[in-house]
Amino acid sequence: MTSSRESQNPVDLDDLYRDVILDHYRSPRNRGVREDATISAEGFNPSCGDEIQLSVAIVNQTLNGLGFGGSGCSISQSSASMMTEALTGRSLESAREMSRHVQQMLTDDTFDLDAVDLGDLEALSGVAKFPVRIKCGLLAWKVLDQALANASGEALNDDSDIPTRVTSG
Amino acid sequence: MTAAAPLDTAAIREQFPILAREVHGRPLVYLDNAATTQKPQSVIDALSHYYSTMNANIHRGLHTLAEEATAAYEDVRKQVAAFIGAGSHREVVFTRNTTESLNLLAYTLGSRLRPGDEIVLTTAEHHSNLVPWQLVTQRTGAVLRFIELNDDQQIDVDTARAAINANTRIVSIVHMSNVLGSVAPVAEISAMARSVGATMIVDAAQSAPHMPVDVSQLGADYLAFSAHKMLGPTGVGVLWGRQDLLADLDPFLGGGEMISVVTREESSWAALPHKFEAGTPNIADVVAFGAALDFLNDVGMDAIAAHDADLTQYAVERLSRLEGLDIYGPSDPAERSAVIAFNYRDIHSHDVATILDRSGVAIRAGHHCAQPLMRTLEVPATARASFYLYNERSEVDALVDGLLEAGERFGFERGV
Repeated sequence: MTSSRESQNPVDLDDLYRDVILDHYRSPRNRGVREDATISAEGFNPSCGDEIQLSVAIVNQTLNGLGFGGSGCSISQSSASMMTEALTGRSLESAREMSRHVQQMLTDDTFDLDAVDLGDLEALSGVAKFPVRIKCGLLAWKVLDQALANASGEALNDDSDIPTRVTSG
Repeated sequence: MTAAAPLDTAAIREQFPILAREVHGRPLVYLDNAATTQKPQSVIDALSHYYSTMNANIHRGLHTLAEEATAAYEDVRKQVAAFIGAGSHREVVFTRNTTESLNLLAYTLGSRLRPGDEIVLTTAEHHSNLVPWQLVTQRTGAVLRFIELNDDQQIDVDTARAAINANTRIVSIVHMSNVLGSVAPVAEISAMARSVGATMIVDAAQSAPHMPVDVSQLGADYLAFSAHKMLGPTGVGVLWGRQDLLADLDPFLGGGEMISVVTREESSWAALPHKFEAGTPNIADVVAFGAALDFLNDVGMDAIAAHDADLTQYAVERLSRLEGLDIYGPSDPAERSAVIAFNYRDIHSHDVATILDRSGVAIRAGHHCAQPLMRTLEVPATARASFYLYNERSEVDALVDGLLEAGERFGFERGV
């Protein structure tokens, strides 16, 4: 018994393991802790053990640079690596917007990729077709949300079951 | 090796309807048996037969259906007692699962502990035999001690001796590791526990499905396992305990079924084992568990153990030839049973599992509810293949092919 959803819309491993993703997994960008970080946060997936530590240097409402550490599968780690590249130089507001779009893309396999320009991050769009892997893709972005909320002194309203916490101010 | 005749896996497989299905257009290769096993038609039919012909609440009814249902339920208790060599069916308590059996013990035995009393576990415990005892230490001030793995990633008599001492009150250890596949020397450790006056508990969730388990040979005081890991339905666990010890324990859950006389102020308890079975139990699934035990007995636990060992050895041989493959657990394949945890190349086990799934191969990936063991092995996670009586060598070959494909996808050259 194949699910009807799958027979109408066959899901291929190529949808998940795009070249860009494998490249970021093998050669992660911005790996390590930023010396000039103004805020750090970390999170993990209790069900699988993936973990991400994130350090962000924010100056004048702009993300001057991001560094990440942690361990986990190709999706969780490449998502973090791509995030650090995509957000460097963006304003807090722009970073929040991008986080919102990427999380929509990761969770909704009908997300319209033409509506926004997510650059390399669009390689993660196939994750939505693999329900058990969505949390892997989301992890880095949930940690980012936590860090940005803390940077602006807001409380984060997150109903996901990914525990995150700010590690330093 | 035992002289048991090889299993006729083709004939066995025909009795498991789910094994005929396809996954992503490929024949299902089910190698996640340490998580749960598939069910033969006889077990599925037993469930249906129970509800179709004799469904009633048990023990109190005075009508025919209640009599028949009670007899069917209690017959399985006797079957379980025979299966594990128990002295009496009164020593067999039905619970929901191994976890509940162990929580029952932690709650009841734990309430007797004092600050400084020691509970000895191993570093290889499933969380179900760790977290309940952590709760006990918070309540009582008792402390946990751990039997470490030796250099060959096994629990042995020497590592056990280092952890058990005059302060030990409870020793609760996993018989067969759900990650390493190794089998602990339970009889020797039981003797050590007895020599210091400690209670000996065995988590047999993985061993009871795969090898003959005889409580008198193990020398244990209590033993816990689950029906669903040995062809039975989910929702049925077993707690076996020595009759004199169970009789001396306070109840775990209060309610109907477990009482004798109830007044406004107090109650007296029902006889064993009903003292520990409050409320309506999982009657249908217990009855169907009887069909699972029939199936295992017909095939023979010695034959199953030999089959699992043979398949595990074949898998270790084939996997060991893959470049970049690390296998955890005892180096000698003869020292392990039915479970192989591994990591391949630098590919995270979740990626391995996703890629294998697309080939129809079902394995487990992650921490296997054994996070302290992962830390001991210094890995965040592992992949795990686990076998049972219906698995064949061709399925190990499918696993190896799937791993090679995963390697290719991550940019490694195909090569053995």
